[in-house]
Amino acid sequence: MKKQALERVAGNGLINRRHLLGAGLAGMGMAVSNSVLGADAGNLEIPGWSKQPGPGASAYGGPSRHADHLQRMAGAPNPIYPGGGASRSPLQHLQGTITPNSLHFERHHAGIPDIDPAQHKLVINGLVRQPLVFSYEDLLKYPMVSRVYFLECSGNSGALLRGAQGGTAQSLHGLVSGAEWTGIPLSTLLDEAGVLPEARWIAAVGADAASMGRSVPLGKALDDTMLALFQNGEPVRPGQGYPMRLFNPGWEGNTSVKWLTQIKLTREPVHFRDETSKYTDTLPDRRSLQFTFPMGTKSLITSPSGQMSLPGQGIYKVTGIAWSGSGSIRRVEVSADGGRSWADALIESNQFEKALTRFSIPWEWTGAGAVLQSRATDSAGDIQPTRDSILADKGTISTYHNHCIQSWNVDGAGEVSNVYV
Amino acid sequence: MSMFKKALTCSFLAAVFFSSILANSQETVRLGTPVTEDQLENFDLVAPPDGSGFPTGSGTARQGKAVYDTKCAVCHAANGEGTSDATIIVGGDMHSAESPLRTVGSFWPYASTVFDFVRRAMPADAPKSLSNTEVYQVTAYVLYLNGLIDENTVLNSETLQTIEMPNANGFIDRSHIQ
Repeated sequence: MKKQALERVAGNGLINRRHLLGAGLAGMGMAVSNSVLGADAGNLEIPGWSKQPGPGASAYGGPSRHADHLQRMAGAPNPIYPGGGASRSPLQHLQGTITPNSLHFERHHAGIPDIDPAQHKLVINGLVRQPLVFSYEDLLKYPMVSRVYFLECSGNSGALLRGAQGGTAQSLHGLVSGAEWTGIPLSTLLDEAGVLPEARWIAAVGADAASMGRSVPLGKALDDTMLALFQNGEPVRPGQGYPMRLFNPGWEGNTSVKWLTQIKLTREPVHFRDETSKYTDTLPDRRSLQFTFPMGTKSLITSPSGQMSLPGQGIYKVTGIAWSGSGSIRRVEVSADGGRSWADALIESNQFEKALTRFSIPWEWTGAGAVLQSRATDSAGDIQPTRDSILADKGTISTYHNHCIQSWNVDGAGEVSNVYV
Repeated sequence: MSMFKKALTCSFLAAVFFSSILANSQETVRLGTPVTEDQLENFDLVAPPDGSGFPTGSGTARQGKAVYDTKCAVCHAANGEGTSDATIIVGGDMHSAESPLRTVGSFWPYASTVFDFVRRAMPADAPKSLSNTEVYQVTAYVLYLNGLIDENTVLNSETLQTIEMPNANGFIDRSHIQ
């Protein structure tokens, strides 16, 4: 069989994305099977599992026992910070744009409360005509909307600004996930309470042990903020705020207060601990940015990625995720030569606003060193910045909101590691 | 009747029921139960810089030392110097040559946030175990350890607003960028 010619579109082995679209796919497949998988498939036999019945249906499904690497990664518990900490999504093992609920990242400030939904209350008070309290059962009767959104902790990728890190896509960037969220537009409930004209902000408070609070401008709260009750079709899990959470699409994850129990309408922000002492960005001139809400235009190659090994020379599918807190992803480019040349990646998924978008592009590894990068552009025209430009703007005193271009180095032995370019 | 027809009948009835709710309430579901702010006195812990939402009561640093030594020093150490990087609550200089140590004294823009945070979240292993008076006392003690008030200053909802925080003008509000 004869290999089809593969169109090179950028330096160091990047191949036109159309080869992932059918035309030329056979050529690519052959290149993969010849050079990566080995030439001899051997004689195929019927496997043992096809010769005896397996176990029957179950009440609650789980992953294959052969997929037990699909785990979140959590830090060690800290006794001075009971229940605090985070767990990270295994981005390098996932495809598509929806993160399974069991693997959605978590960030808790005082652990996960064990909330009885029959006892839980949601209060709306402050600058409203009529303060109201809602039960979970009542809230389930409201008309709901379902939307696919990403959620990202503003500390995601932060450590990378300060210096060399080893690690994987998960350990470095795993504080982002994607899900379909179902709930009540917050404006519905705010209208019912009757927002007074002088109100400008809402203060959202959770029912966890920290009673964590965040202030959110009323404009956002009346726009696309929702009271989320379901995630990927099931009730929001305890680690995500059961029985209900605030969800601010596109905004830093901490504002989407979990275990939501109070919305207070106010004139000014409350200046909670987590919007003054934390989640603010101190600049090189020592002033600090406060209320930086939308997450920046960002992308990340999830495969190949840190701590993977390329098994041999040949053609690989480079793939990853892109997102923007201010719109949809319009374009993703990939470089294999550390940013000297770029090629447009194929968009594999829906391009919903404020949601993960999956991209991919074929790439031939010839055994030489390579630096793989991706660069996203959103619907507002914002282009993912370089690390140097983020460092010049923000320095390293604070590390929130790092959405710079990320780089994976491939060495001559095919080992992939985090690197700065 | 087939299962299919039954299902159709049910969803039709549900639609009728639902539209009757809508018709009876100006085309929206309205299921919130009225509540008064008085009824929320023990529930609403929001304590912003303008002094609204603060409970009655007061406290001084002199009174707060005993509470601090018993409930706080185990993590924040005897004088607020901390037992780890995350628990240092005194010292720091936003204009130091090296990366600044950001504490209540050097960084926090509002004294009210100390009260608000201690009342809702501290001590970390037993949040909301302090009385309002103890929260005023401990807040005063933390401000005293930072040299922001003296040990006899009476802290209450009025005086809290008047405390000058060194980094009060150090923040840039970005909330208009959406």
